[in-house]
Amino acid sequence: MTIQIRDASKRFGEFLAVDRVSLDIRRGEFFSLLGSSGCGKTTLLRMIAGFEQPTEGRILLNGVDVTGTPPYRRPVNLVFQHFALFPHLTVAKNVAFGLKYQNLPRSDRAARIGEVLDLVRLPGLEGRYPHELSGGQKQRVALARALVLRPQVLLLDEPLGALDQKLRKEMQVELKTLQRTLGITFVFVTHDQEEALTMSDRIAVMNAGRVEQCETASTLFEYPRNEFVARFMGASNFFSGKVLSVNGEFVQVAAGAGFQTRVPLRGRSVAVDMPVRFMVRPEKMSLRRNPVEGREAFMEAIVEQRMYQGLSTVWTLRNIAGEELTVYEQNLRPFNGDAVAAGGKIYACWDPAHAILME
Amino acid sequence: MTKMRRSPRHLPPITLLPTWLILGAFLLAPLAIMLVISFARRGDHGGIAPIEHFAQYISTGAFLQNYKESTDPVYLAIFWQSLWMAVVTTILCLIVSYPMAYYIALVARRQRKNLLLALVAVPFWTSFLIRTYAWVLILRTEGLLNTALLHLHLIREPLQLLPSHFAIMLGLVYGELPFMILPLYASLEKLDRMLLEASNDLGAGGWGTFWRVTVPLTMPGILAGVVLVFIPSLGQFIVSDMLGGGKKVLIGNVIQDQFTTARNPPLGSALAFELTAIVLVLLMGYAFYTQRGKREVML
Repeated sequence: MTIQIRDASKRFGEFLAVDRVSLDIRRGEFFSLLGSSGCGKTTLLRMIAGFEQPTEGRILLNGVDVTGTPPYRRPVNLVFQHFALFPHLTVAKNVAFGLKYQNLPRSDRAARIGEVLDLVRLPGLEGRYPHELSGGQKQRVALARALVLRPQVLLLDEPLGALDQKLRKEMQVELKTLQRTLGITFVFVTHDQEEALTMSDRIAVMNAGRVEQCETASTLFEYPRNEFVARFMGASNFFSGKVLSVNGEFVQVAAGAGFQTRVPLRGRSVAVDMPVRFMVRPEKMSLRRNPVEGREAFMEAIVEQRMYQGLSTVWTLRNIAGEELTVYEQNLRPFNGDAVAAGGKIYACWDPAHAILME
Repeated sequence: MTKMRRSPRHLPPITLLPTWLILGAFLLAPLAIMLVISFARRGDHGGIAPIEHFAQYISTGAFLQNYKESTDPVYLAIFWQSLWMAVVTTILCLIVSYPMAYYIALVARRQRKNLLLALVAVPFWTSFLIRTYAWVLILRTEGLLNTALLHLHLIREPLQLLPSHFAIMLGLVYGELPFMILPLYASLEKLDRMLLEASNDLGAGGWGTFWRVTVPLTMPGILAGVVLVFIPSLGQFIVSDMLGGGKKVLIGNVIQDQFTTARNPPLGSALAFELTAIVLVLLMGYAFYTQRGKREVML
């Protein structure tokens, strides 16, 4: 099932929760709405589910306008943030709840329930009540309760937020597998960029009610369009400069920190003397005591902090323009403490092709 | 050696003393006195007759005479009438209160919610007797209601509303309404709205959600309201006295009458004990139900 959102806005009194959002979610896609709390992602999800009506704009499911259709008449189901299991019903009755409205022969119901409990790997707990279940089990019941109705779209509102770290990782893999097995569309709301990257085919990053960028997971990570998206994806090295010249696919930038470098244009148009910002991801930088002239771009910086983290070492540096840099260095060799100490001078180097021009 | 250990989290048991004193002096002691009186005999000019041959009084079973008398069809009919009027009162209160409590708890916005809750409690500011008398002023032949209806030309002759069963029922429902609304409100207020949305999402519309989620989850409030309304309605005598025109409509009136005009405290005590027994049996049923349901209702 495809979901089309056309210029949808939602206003709560004075507050504009969703601001003219347009999105096309494809059939069988794992789609994530990513953003911090209050960015409008949950409101958008609730509009797809039918709990909120857009103040303006339309929502189409498979090309059919469902704006104004109540939740119980939409072929979509929602997995709630805190599961919302019925406390007065057993697992089996929770799962069976919606089957009543599906015109299904009574004999088929039991089979469907057994099937879906196997699917979420939760057999043998049919007679338990929600308060007798662990967080992970509740999560599975919530999934089963929605999936037993065979929805064409499953909406998930931060479903892993209430689980501990280890269980979260397991459920991420499981959800992704489930989505591939069933081949239905998943729309997943999260504030955790890592979670979104792990699971999604495509991600829409939201901020203040708007979609900042909607791309595949890797494109979003490698080529963020603006500083907001870049920061959300864990990037932190932003540099200001001025355009010196434009040469084909590259622009020559004079950075405020006193060096010159090439930055790929990637379809952007800039003019000479225009102030620009560009970004290099922390893992795409390396550190050297002496730069290799000509092959790579580099800047001089002072070490502020060095944090050994086992797999990698995280360096915090500052350049002469006062701009902060973070560099992730993989610990390819055993750590020996033979490194530049805080206050020492070092060169942060990168391949110019990896620099990203910000909007 | 064992040491008495008291949890520092709790008050010492001595603080319960005032409660026990009040319950003892004003509930248990009067009950004991009434129990004794219920076995006594009415004097020739009313009151309690002295017992001359105690052993004989016991052995002949004469002490049970009031209980035998209470099974007279006249009293049984009034018991029965009281019982069903209490049942109808409770059901009417529930039907009227549930939408009101639902609106206050789940629909109304904060400010209106507080206003409505205050309005529910406002009748408590005035004596119940006075409020019941107000109904007399409204319902009587030349009362507010008839005057209004006559002026609106909706009726030609004033309606005979007083005394009537209808008036008693109206008075009972009116008087007990807050005791139904408040427990219902309390349990609806605790209801997780997400569960209502979940039900909607799974395909249940408004009524489906109401019967399958809202009602089962607010059952503790429903039961508390039923108990709080049913028991006082069963023993009512003020409302039926004022709006029932002094006819012996409810068992409460009969009991009151035994202690006053009929001057037969022994029979009055016996009837009162039977009423208490009925209430106790119903309360035990309620306790049994909530105990059994605890597993299912608790989160």
